[in-house]
Amino acid sequence: MTATEERVFVKPPSEVAKQRRGEIEDASRLPVKVKIRSLNFYYGGQQALFNNSIDIPAFRVTAIIGPSGCGKSTHIRVYNRIFEIYRSHRAEGIVEIDGKNVLSPVTDLLKLRKKVGMIFQRPTPFPMSIYDNIAYGIKLHYRASRGEIADRVEDALKRGALWGEVKDKLSEPATALSGGQQQRLCIARAIAVEPELILMDEPCSAIDPVATSKIEDLIETLRDSYTVVLVPHNMQQAARVSDFTAFFYKGHIVEFGPTKKIFTNPDNKQTEDYITGRFG
Amino acid sequence: MRPRSRAQRRAADTAIRVAMVPSALIGIAVLAWILWEVIARGVGAFTPAFFTELPTPPGMEGGGLGNAILGTLLMTLLAALLGTPVGLLAGVFLAEFGPSSRIATAVRFTTNLLMGTPSIIIGIFVYSILVLPFGHFSGWAGAVALAILILPVVMRTTEDMLNLVPDELRESGLALGAPRWRVTLGIIFRAARTGLVTGVLLAVARVSGETAPLLFTALNSFYWPGSLNQPTANMTVTIFNYAMSPYSDWQEKAWGASLLITASVLVVTVLARFVIKDKGGRA
Repeated sequence: MTATEERVFVKPPSEVAKQRRGEIEDASRLPVKVKIRSLNFYYGGQQALFNNSIDIPAFRVTAIIGPSGCGKSTHIRVYNRIFEIYRSHRAEGIVEIDGKNVLSPVTDLLKLRKKVGMIFQRPTPFPMSIYDNIAYGIKLHYRASRGEIADRVEDALKRGALWGEVKDKLSEPATALSGGQQQRLCIARAIAVEPELILMDEPCSAIDPVATSKIEDLIETLRDSYTVVLVPHNMQQAARVSDFTAFFYKGHIVEFGPTKKIFTNPDNKQTEDYITGRFG
Repeated sequence: MRPRSRAQRRAADTAIRVAMVPSALIGIAVLAWILWEVIARGVGAFTPAFFTELPTPPGMEGGGLGNAILGTLLMTLLAALLGTPVGLLAGVFLAEFGPSSRIATAVRFTTNLLMGTPSIIIGIFVYSILVLPFGHFSGWAGAVALAILILPVVMRTTEDMLNLVPDELRESGLALGAPRWRVTLGIIFRAARTGLVTGVLLAVARVSGETAPLLFTALNSFYWPGSLNQPTANMTVTIFNYAMSPYSDWQEKAWGASLLITASVLVVTVLARFVIKDKGGRA
């Protein structure tokens, strides 16, 4: 557990990060976390993703935008192969995380999912105490003493910006928390197993605006330690929190680039029409 | 086109009320009547001896149904122990592991058939496989017959309850890197536990009043159930025998046993509801 102890757990949005978003970075010069080539996805006989290719830069927040039903969730659900629990869902192509194709049949799914955390639209607290929610994942992947687990739970809750609100009621059921707190608990739970990549599928769609802004602040701090791929619940959120944006339309990746460029000066006509609200 | 008149609307509303309210009342009234009748006639049988002593020979006053109460408890418990694990595991398979597989479809179909099978047929079936070959009636055979009745109910409620757990909960367990079996046992079972417990309790309550399957398997006995390898006393067959006897003392005991079974089923059902209300507070 030494690697975590060296990290700084709670940080306000760092100045570096804020500055970084002011400039337009060249994605091709950043280290790549996820490299996707010609990814196709099928729901039974119906194709949902067409020839997706994209390089997700490491330690940045990448937003995926597009009209509903365009394949945003489908796309990120390939990264941790969670789609596989449904028999008729099928993916083809190359999805390399740190140079390893996760779609290969020899991939260790449990290790992959430890490395790739996921946050869902609606908060999914497990029916147990706040403490046990966080400890659940830790116990799955580590042999640790009670004290070590307690430390790790505290770290995770701090990094999930929830510690202050729950430290006196760790043994209470997680379902008693508010929606926004539950969602931060889920983020803390994902963080507790030390992922490198965090997928967020419209994490704010079921919670109120105040809670949403807390989660956006949290995402801001996450980019220092993790690579985040976010399906925002509206375009404003993409503009607020992401460094890079990919625009999806009908299962195709139409355009990918720095968020600022996509929102102010996109190369593609379709992207521009979507951003300016002419369709979607 | 003109707007519908208010009088017409009110007339329709009244007509439907007039049809509905009495129907609801009839339902409640029948239950209340049964309860009243069973309590009024049965409560007199409740003496300490009723619960602790053996029955007396026909025509003699006194004695009790201690052996039948114990026998019913034993066989119901054993049936629950036999039927519940199989039903739970089968339900888990149907809901979690092979919901759309061919086996699941077949199992679901047969389960529905089994649920609709008259209990007397289950009794005759167990008679032919566990009584005839051994040459005697036994408590074991009774427990097996009851277990067969419990099985499909537990299976269906388990599947239904697990299906109520949202897929997102499964996905988030798996997305943390948990293997499927751990997600099922540690998260899904916990989320559905009140429903699962209720299903088992209701199944047990249902079979505790079954007579036909026991008539062909456990039969009855005037002695304490020393071993389940012999005919075993039980309340429902005792009610059947005593109620049809000419002795007023036996008839009263039959009412007493009826009251005891009704009360137990009521307690178990209320308990099941209580469990739901108490711990059902998940989101």
